[in-house]
Amino acid sequence: MRVLALAVLSLRVAAAGAEAASITPVPGGEPVWGGELRFAIHGEPKTWDPLLASEDAAAAIRLLTHGSLVRLNRKTQKNEPDLAESWKILENGKRIVFQLRGGVTFSDGTPLMPEDVRFTLKRVMDPALHAPIGDALIAAAGTGMVIETPGAGRVSISFPTAVANPVGLLEGLPVLSSQSPLKDKAVLGPFELAEYKAGAYVLLKRNPRYWKTGAGGRRLPYFDSVRLDIQTNRDIELQRFRKGEVHLMETIDAESFARINSDMGPQVALDLGPAFENEMLWFNMKPDAPIAEYKKAWFQSQNFRRAVAESIHLDDIVKLVYQGRATAAAGILSRANRFWLKQGLEPHPLNVVSAKKRLAEERFQYRGEALFDSAGHPVEFSLVTSSSGKTRTRIAAMLQDDLAKIGIKLNVVPLDFPSLLERIGRTGNYEAALLGLVGEDIDPNSDSNVWLSHAPQHMWNPNQKQPATKWEAEIDKLIAAQASTADQKKRKAAFDRIQQIIWDEAPVIHLVNRNALVAVSPRLRNAQPAVMNPHVYWNADSLYLAAEKK
Amino acid sequence: MKALRGLCWGLLALVFCAALGAHWIAPAPYEKQFRESANAGPGGQFLLGTDELGRDRFSRLLYGTRISLMLAPAAALLATFIAALAGIGAGMIGGRLEQLVLSAVDLVASLPWLFLLIAVRAVLPLNVSAYTSVGVTFLLLGVLGWAGAARVIRSAVLAVKESGFLLAARGLGVGGVRLFAIQLLPNLRGPILAQFWLSIPLFIMAEANLGVLGLGVSEPLPSWGNLLLDLANHREIVEAPWRLAPAVLLVVVLLALQVVQNPVGTREAGRREVAEA
Repeated sequence: MRVLALAVLSLRVAAAGAEAASITPVPGGEPVWGGELRFAIHGEPKTWDPLLASEDAAAAIRLLTHGSLVRLNRKTQKNEPDLAESWKILENGKRIVFQLRGGVTFSDGTPLMPEDVRFTLKRVMDPALHAPIGDALIAAAGTGMVIETPGAGRVSISFPTAVANPVGLLEGLPVLSSQSPLKDKAVLGPFELAEYKAGAYVLLKRNPRYWKTGAGGRRLPYFDSVRLDIQTNRDIELQRFRKGEVHLMETIDAESFARINSDMGPQVALDLGPAFENEMLWFNMKPDAPIAEYKKAWFQSQNFRRAVAESIHLDDIVKLVYQGRATAAAGILSRANRFWLKQGLEPHPLNVVSAKKRLAEERFQYRGEALFDSAGHPVEFSLVTSSSGKTRTRIAAMLQDDLAKIGIKLNVVPLDFPSLLERIGRTGNYEAALLGLVGEDIDPNSDSNVWLSHAPQHMWNPNQKQPATKWEAEIDKLIAAQASTADQKKRKAAFDRIQQIIWDEAPVIHLVNRNALVAVSPRLRNAQPAVMNPHVYWNADSLYLAAEKK
Repeated sequence: MKALRGLCWGLLALVFCAALGAHWIAPAPYEKQFRESANAGPGGQFLLGTDELGRDRFSRLLYGTRISLMLAPAAALLATFIAALAGIGAGMIGGRLEQLVLSAVDLVASLPWLFLLIAVRAVLPLNVSAYTSVGVTFLLLGVLGWAGAARVIRSAVLAVKESGFLLAARGLGVGGVRLFAIQLLPNLRGPILAQFWLSIPLFIMAEANLGVLGLGVSEPLPSWGNLLLDLANHREIVEAPWRLAPAVLLVVVLLALQVVQNPVGTREAGRREVAEA
């Protein structure tokens, strides 16, 4: 699933590319039990229901508190057994049978039963719930999924047609208890919710019944608690990291990267390579959007969109905004996704002459240096973006300057994030947007929620009843086709074609894939920072803090 | 003290003139990006160096000063005007009007103005020019910034209302508009002017705070607020102290404003005492 997040739009990377950096293992020493892991989340959790979590804060709490059948190892980028100790894919991907781990109990002592998996799947696929984590599952199975519990701790899931990646569909899906009186507060993950103070922190305490064991056969996690400080100000977060008050930073900018490494040593801030994130610009093509009709006509013109794409100096953005710690984006998949990224796909070339030619083809005209459409409207539109952080403001200022060179006046409107989401997600009252997309999986099938025309996160024209254009209809068909085959070659071919369509039509102009830059306290042990989200705390159950030097 | 005031007036005049003449003085347009010279240090071409996008810092400082120094007094004037109307009305008429004004003062003073500004900015039309956006920001600051001043002016009105000279004037049959214009208003000039002068730095700082939040004046227009954003990175300030120029100018201007406005209240208070005697 792709998540439209404060900083992001993302993609998942394929059998992947990026070489995740790792903390140099600290030799010797026994793991230290106890203590508190502290890091920041950048907003209030919007829900406590793990199935409804979509934004970063709630997703972090879900990952730390809940168990799933299968868990993605961010370092190896492979799915590993979690609550299911094994699985078999049968009938060419039409059926999958999981064998649950024995003796696992929820945090309140309720035993894990196959019925719990059935309960969870039924709930996540309930159309009334609108669970984002179930989007890909619903797309693959529709209403035809059959869940059976044949006994002996087994769960059988049958799909109406072959499914491309049935294990991936269930990765990270939190298993809920069907029996516990605590309902979704009974958890299978390493931590459970202890306290929440609005605007301040979320405190998680150790789940004493967590099934994994560590050194000496003792139950993990090493930490007694995790404190998630609600901190929207990244500068304050950085100061607290430097003081040792938080132990990791999931995302830092290039300036902070240089500063941390110069002040705290070269192994503290890490460059993990291109992240599964795309910084992108798109136009509002919603037919009923409350914007001027003539502007909708501009935005619906392929030539107009391509002209904009061809006027942007991506290399300058990489150099000036990211200080070289990013790569010009070639399309919907991050450069990190080496398997699924279409070979030979390059960013839109910088070509102002070609851009002007395209505009002329659409009967745009110049009066002096300003561009006007055929009806005489000056070409001016607004670009909404988030007001937090300097990165987007800088990119927006560069876009403003680049577009001025082809006569387009861009008004930059930084908004606080809730207002931004309100406009993009609900009212549709915006003209163009600059945001990021964050991917959470290597397999691009998980991004269907962005590219399917009927999907709510199809940002340029969401929730279409029928595909508005031929090329969107083709994308829908390709996504459906690849989702119902396990043949990787066919799937790759389908995704190659999707990437080419998006590049040709440019409903979204992909700008850069920033590098995943993280900061990890030298005291934090067992950290295995990885290019996939979350970069650092994904193995929180195995992390511990080395004793402070006296 | 006179010399200091003179110096401050001169300094303010110089800054105002430089800001007004930015179009002629600035060596480059404020939005021009010299990308090949990004983050350059001070030198012949760029007096205060360039920012991270290669824009000339000196030019942006001149234009930013113009924005902040022109609009902050305008917002202060608006706020003081509203405050004077409310404060004088409440103090003179009293009764229900006074209760109403005091309730309004409490209400406005208790509003989380920052969130209110963010909310208002969020519902504004998107396609407004940067100048309109900054104008609206200061207009809102003016409209929201009158409450404290109104309370002070009302107190001053109450004090003057009970003063001997006003009772004497009433006793001599002076009333209505004449009493207001000749006796009351001149004696309120001090507190009203003081509130005006005090509001200017307040609004400059408010805009700077909005700028630090990424709101307020939008790209590519510079203001002291968005120029101060650079100061978030203290390490770079040590390495490139010329980046402190907007902060230094802000502090100097605010101090100068304090010096030039202080004697107003003192002098007027003294005049009132003489009048009462």
